[in-house]
Amino acid sequence: MNRIDRNTDLLQVHGLKKYFEVTSQGIHKEKREVKAVDDVSFTIKQGEILGIVGESGCGKSTLGKTVLRLHEKTNGSVLYRGKDLFAKNRREMKDITRNIQMIFQDPYSSLNPRKKVGSIIGQPLRIHKQGTTAEISKRVEHLLDEVGLNPRYRGRYPHQFSGGQRQRIGIARALALDPDFIVCDEAVSALDVSVQAQILNLLLDLQDKHKFTYMFIAHDLAVVEFISTRIMVMYLGRMVEMADKDDLIQRHIHPYSRALFKAFPAANPRGRASREKIVMGDVPSPIDRPTGCHFHPRCPLAESRCKEAYPPLREISPGHSAACWVV
Amino acid sequence: MTERSENIPNTEPGAHGSKNEILLEMENINVSFYVQRGVIRAVKNLSLTIHKGETLTLVGESGCGKSVTAHTINQLIPMPPGKIESGSVKYRGRDLLKLKKSEIEALRGTQISMIFQEPMTALNPVFTVGEQIADVFMSHQKMKHQEAFSKAIELLDLVKIPSPAERAKSYPHQLSGGMRQRAMIAMALASPEPGLMIADEPTTALDVTIQAQILDLLSDLKKKINMSLLLITHDMGVVAEMADRVVVMYAGSKVEEADVYQIFDEPCHPYTLGLLNSLPSNPKYKNSARLEAIEGTVPDLLTLGDGCPFANRCTYVSEICAEVFPQAVDLGKGHTVWCHNYTKIDRSTNVEQD
Repeated sequence: MNRIDRNTDLLQVHGLKKYFEVTSQGIHKEKREVKAVDDVSFTIKQGEILGIVGESGCGKSTLGKTVLRLHEKTNGSVLYRGKDLFAKNRREMKDITRNIQMIFQDPYSSLNPRKKVGSIIGQPLRIHKQGTTAEISKRVEHLLDEVGLNPRYRGRYPHQFSGGQRQRIGIARALALDPDFIVCDEAVSALDVSVQAQILNLLLDLQDKHKFTYMFIAHDLAVVEFISTRIMVMYLGRMVEMADKDDLIQRHIHPYSRALFKAFPAANPRGRASREKIVMGDVPSPIDRPTGCHFHPRCPLAESRCKEAYPPLREISPGHSAACWVV
Repeated sequence: MTERSENIPNTEPGAHGSKNEILLEMENINVSFYVQRGVIRAVKNLSLTIHKGETLTLVGESGCGKSVTAHTINQLIPMPPGKIESGSVKYRGRDLLKLKKSEIEALRGTQISMIFQEPMTALNPVFTVGEQIADVFMSHQKMKHQEAFSKAIELLDLVKIPSPAERAKSYPHQLSGGMRQRAMIAMALASPEPGLMIADEPTTALDVTIQAQILDLLSDLKKKINMSLLLITHDMGVVAEMADRVVVMYAGSKVEEADVYQIFDEPCHPYTLGLLNSLPSNPKYKNSARLEAIEGTVPDLLTLGDGCPFANRCTYVSEICAEVFPQAVDLGKGHTVWCHNYTKIDRSTNVEQD
């Protein structure tokens, strides 16, 4: 499991905030803010796979996109190899985007249906002027082969492929410029379980070979647990807990992390009789986040102070921190 | 083939009521879709038995025919292009496929109900949820509006929606995903004696903490009103949580059938084993760097031959597999597998450690 030396900080995120303005419908139009990512700080070391897990609306995808500057930030900073991404102009940004790439969730909508696969995969190479047409064509064939597709398929259109194969095309496109850092946003969520396993293996094989660093965003705890080296749990825009994978699996301290682990169905019918029931209602709307700790209306341990102020992130043990007043 | 769980000690949490009484029996169902490119045989020679009070799960990947099977029962298959070629579906002894349209409609509202994956599209956006539930009472039990509406509130309470009287006046878009699914379940229960509930991927669109609560609700309700549940899912975690008995489908055919413990402890079909091995949560992957994935992809149903549909992805494949669909092999205790090479299967749990 010794993947790479993990000393260099590849990505440093400080107090990152991304708010979206929404206008409510109706007679009295009212401008409000969705705090999709609210004061999130973390670092990703080279060669690491940071898993980000949380339920819909927790801001995990927005975080992934803001970290790549696909969204402009509201506040905070993102340093990639020490360089502030948001301080760069377009030209400088283009140099950096060569090294940071993204794999999207939906292999149906993230590939242009009117372009041939060879052209889709070759596009980043053309934009960044990586060689002649012949060289690009050769590289595309190599990439197809690398993700387990027959290079002869380069003349086909996306609709001629199955979901798993399309996801492989998306991966090939992300690999084209030989990046260092890849954000996988729910990269396996839309796939059937047998295909999901193939793609997870492929992502790990590629990481071994190219020494990638991944930020792996998913709602599926089992997938995140399997692939990550470190895990961040998010809830309504905030990071509530973060720890090394093994540490978190053994000790999930935050009541939300506990609920998440408890709610996840184990692949064992014998566990069900002993499984505790969770009674906690629904996720509140991100527009109207509860005051204080956003989790308090659903939290079994909530006290009065939880309603008043958001708890600071506390280090529980080296590398393991959680934001909770009670535990 | 029809006698199974009798020999198994009733240790399942879902076990109650008389399991031996057959509620629904599907025999030799063949469903095809006639499309421009040819004929898709979506379900092939499928037989199923659902006993009273039991939860049967149909599990398989997209396109395996699990939803088509469910839609055959309450005849929601669009015809054309679909066609039920042969077979019978006996519910309490009556063949549903021979009933008149009006008889089927009556049955759908009173005895066989269905909940869908996406409650937002299944509920009518322009009526309040209370009205929609009351509507079921009014049309099928000829209740007056006021009585029906108060019945609707009772049901919303039964599915644990907080402040049901107010929520009954909400429109679907005012409810969260989990609440909408609860409202759907309430609507499915709006009958004097719900016999069979068909739940087609009821938690797939929901977050995991909500999923856990909906699954709990379904098992509680099942106990309370002694109905049977046909649960369709692609998620082995949901199977482990809910099933009494499991039918594994692949490309339109049943490949294995057993009770839930047999499926997880001694899967006999290479595909079932592959499905279990594909789960990252499988304990065998605690210290492993790779999953044992099933290679290849699901075959195109248009061009499927007569052999075993799994042959092109199977590690245990032999010559006969491509030619002949295997006979059912009865392994005892209600465990049946359709595989030529089931004896060769390697279930060892120790993967190569990294």
